[in-house]
Amino acid sequence: MQVKAESADRRLRLRLSGELDHHAARQLMKSIANELEYALPLEVVLDFSGVTFMDSSGIAVALHTLQQVKQLGGKMRIVNPSAQVKKVFFATGIQRMIEMEDADEK
Amino acid sequence: MKSENQVVLEFPSRSSNEAFARVAAAGFAMQLDPTLEELGDIKTAVSEAVTNAIVHGYPEDFGRIVMKLRIREGNILEIVVKDWGVGIADVEQARKPMFTTGNDERSGMGFTIMESFMDTLRVRSAPQKGTTVTMRKRISTRLGERK
Repeated sequence: MQVKAESADRRLRLRLSGELDHHAARQLMKSIANELEYALPLEVVLDFSGVTFMDSSGIAVALHTLQQVKQLGGKMRIVNPSAQVKKVFFATGIQRMIEMEDADEK
Repeated sequence: MKSENQVVLEFPSRSSNEAFARVAAAGFAMQLDPTLEELGDIKTAVSEAVTNAIVHGYPEDFGRIVMKLRIREGNILEIVVKDWGVGIADVEQARKPMFTTGNDERSGMGFTIMESFMDTLRVRSAPQKGTTVTMRKRISTRLGERK
């Protein structure tokens, strides 16, 4: 699991790639926390286009990240989830708590 | 129900085996000619069951996990994940959405996902004896493609 961060003007895009399971979640949460601390973003985009598999560990990561972003007074959305990733979010109803877009221009 | 084919896998409760278990289950399921969506469902459900055994079955140490994959009459895939760990005192409570005894790395959604991605889910557990999760899913037969 990898995270690549791009930030400008307190906007942060986190490109996740690989398989997001419990094995990957702890390190991923640390990496995301570091990026948030560094960029202090008001707008966060979690880009899932490189995520090839996700289980409920991804929900914990998304909710945990959302909580941190809110504490910074910012907003967060998820973009480019695969069909499998979307199905996990929808099965648990979490999509009602997190803004999600099928695709974005970037 | 007659069993037509089966494999039994045993591995230690190391988190690196989560990926191994779901890929192995998907590989075994291939003989039922599943759709991509069905394969994704199987991988996700296995990932949840095996992660539960690793995180909650053996919270303090490493232990043994056995996964049985079976094909049953009627194009049904059966997956059994068994551990000999601490067990669950209240299975009904554990199956509720958002319930977790884990830390904030866990969402409490594992059983909810297993239930919605598979057709049936049975959980048998006894404190200090272990937990057995049995899941079944009928794989759709695609018209014109099966011999």
